[in-house]
Amino acid sequence: MSNPPAPHKDVARDTLSLEPLRAGFGRGLERAGHIYPNVVAACADLTESTQMHLFKQSFPERFIEMGIAEQNLVTVGAGLAAGGKVPFVSSYAAFSPGRNWEQIRTTICLNDRPVKIIGSHAGVSVGPDGATHQMLEDLAIMRVLPNMVVIAPADSLEAEKATLAMADDPRPNYLRLAREATPIITLPETPFHIGEALLLESGSDVSLIATGTMTYHALMAAELLYKDGIEAEVIHVATIKPLDSEVLLKSIRKTRAVVTAEEGQIIGGLGSAVAELAAEHCPVPIQRIGMRDRFGESGEPEQLLKHFGLDATHIRMAAHAVLSDKEKES
Amino acid sequence: MPQVRSINQLEIIANNIREDIIRMLVHAGSGHSAGPMGLADIFTALYFDILKHDPKNPNWSERDILILSNGHCVPVRYAAMANAGYFDRKELLTLRQLGSRLQGHPERTRLPGLETTSGPLGSGLSQAAGIALAHKMDNILHRWVYVVIGDGETDEGNIWEAAMFAANNHLSKLIAIIDRNNIQIDGPTEQVMPLEDYRAKWEAFGWHVIEIDGNDIEAVIDACAMARAIVEKPVAIIAHTIPGKGVDFMEYDFHWHGMPPNPAQAKEALHELRTLGGRIRSEHE
Repeated sequence: MSNPPAPHKDVARDTLSLEPLRAGFGRGLERAGHIYPNVVAACADLTESTQMHLFKQSFPERFIEMGIAEQNLVTVGAGLAAGGKVPFVSSYAAFSPGRNWEQIRTTICLNDRPVKIIGSHAGVSVGPDGATHQMLEDLAIMRVLPNMVVIAPADSLEAEKATLAMADDPRPNYLRLAREATPIITLPETPFHIGEALLLESGSDVSLIATGTMTYHALMAAELLYKDGIEAEVIHVATIKPLDSEVLLKSIRKTRAVVTAEEGQIIGGLGSAVAELAAEHCPVPIQRIGMRDRFGESGEPEQLLKHFGLDATHIRMAAHAVLSDKEKES
Repeated sequence: MPQVRSINQLEIIANNIREDIIRMLVHAGSGHSAGPMGLADIFTALYFDILKHDPKNPNWSERDILILSNGHCVPVRYAAMANAGYFDRKELLTLRQLGSRLQGHPERTRLPGLETTSGPLGSGLSQAAGIALAHKMDNILHRWVYVVIGDGETDEGNIWEAAMFAANNHLSKLIAIIDRNNIQIDGPTEQVMPLEDYRAKWEAFGWHVIEIDGNDIEAVIDACAMARAIVEKPVAIIAHTIPGKGVDFMEYDFHWHGMPPNPAQAKEALHELRTLGGRIRSEHE
């Protein structure tokens, strides 16, 4: 077996440091506050949890405490946007956009106001709090809304860049964040543009298409697959909507075998989006890694990811399955 | 700025708006009758006396903001806007038709002059509060934010979240006009989900409350003037209106909440409205 391929220029490799996505958001929002005077922030009684306290410390007069009222959070946000502000509104994803979907649909999307919805603590990796707080459906319910841009960064560094990009984007945006510290896999110079997927590993056998913190697991799976003699392409999809169909279709046409990975429901999320794209333009064998139409439960984050098959081992097995399907087809 | 008109002139305009509402609804063949008819006096007062606005420049940066939270009443807003000169009255007959700017429920992005998109109830007060807060942050002191809310609409929890929020932030440039017509789709409000003691509820949430006859144009104008003089608190004007006001067979009947008149009924309604002329109050109160 030859040596593993050289690390991609956009991927950190050696000693990965750990940090929660939300920490990057907090830094990004504070930076955005300095750059854009119209940026304001509102939070539903979770200011430190969602890391808005950094912005609040720097710009107390531009921070708005909402209390535990998520419907009011996003509708006041729509009003602030109507009044010329660029409002970032945060809570846990289970509550916003979990509870206030209709308000988001009508007063932000149909009304076309640039409100920035921050859903923190998404995914089963919330851990011990259990199923009520492990938001798994946010990508699906946000992706289905016209005008909404949906972003799930891979690490805290990318979350920071995404936050700055959102402050300068005229559309309604949803940003998915997580609670736990996860590996920082991108580099300060790794580009981030809303709507652009990132090719992290090149390969010709199978496309591993991942979003959020699952991109790290996809990179690990690619290493395992390399040892199996399989060259996997790894694509990080930070923007689930609008989907970067050009980069994705190029890869799908090349490898003709796809595994998607996300820490959420495979129904309606990234797996659905990629399957829909492939079905219309280039039908190929696809396996989707994610929550399979069920809720999470209490446990430690690492335990839960393994329990629900959201790790490199399961991505690797799924890759073998699609490769076997591809062989049968040819 | 609108020219100053006498109350008598305004009552004639309100009657014209009612006639337009009937014409729009019978032509559309669907829509809500009772609420828009009951709100005609309030919208006349707003568009022809109270609001600082410019029909030829709907996005004028100095304008007052008017939000219609109970979007199903939008025929009254369209009729008032057309009569005020925002667009040609002929366009009113496109209500609810494919391609029309006059959607069944108001959409901001389609028609200049609408400040929000509404229909699903309960979200207008929050948006008004958000705008008022944005103005307050920017130290804009001369623009008022008015929001019309239905009484049945205040069953929604979102309204009370917003009520708490507006009082906490001392949004004194925010004036909510609540259409207290006592009906909702399933029946009288006090049977479906009682709202009383309504005044006490708003006061308990930290609002200054003014109660008026919402079909008395002069009372609406005076109440808004009083509301603008209140500092530190948002103001709720509880405007008691007669649903279906102006057409005898519609008045007070909750069945007309979500129903348009048929052609025969519209003919009868228009005849009644026309004969009122400048004598609205003498024949109906």
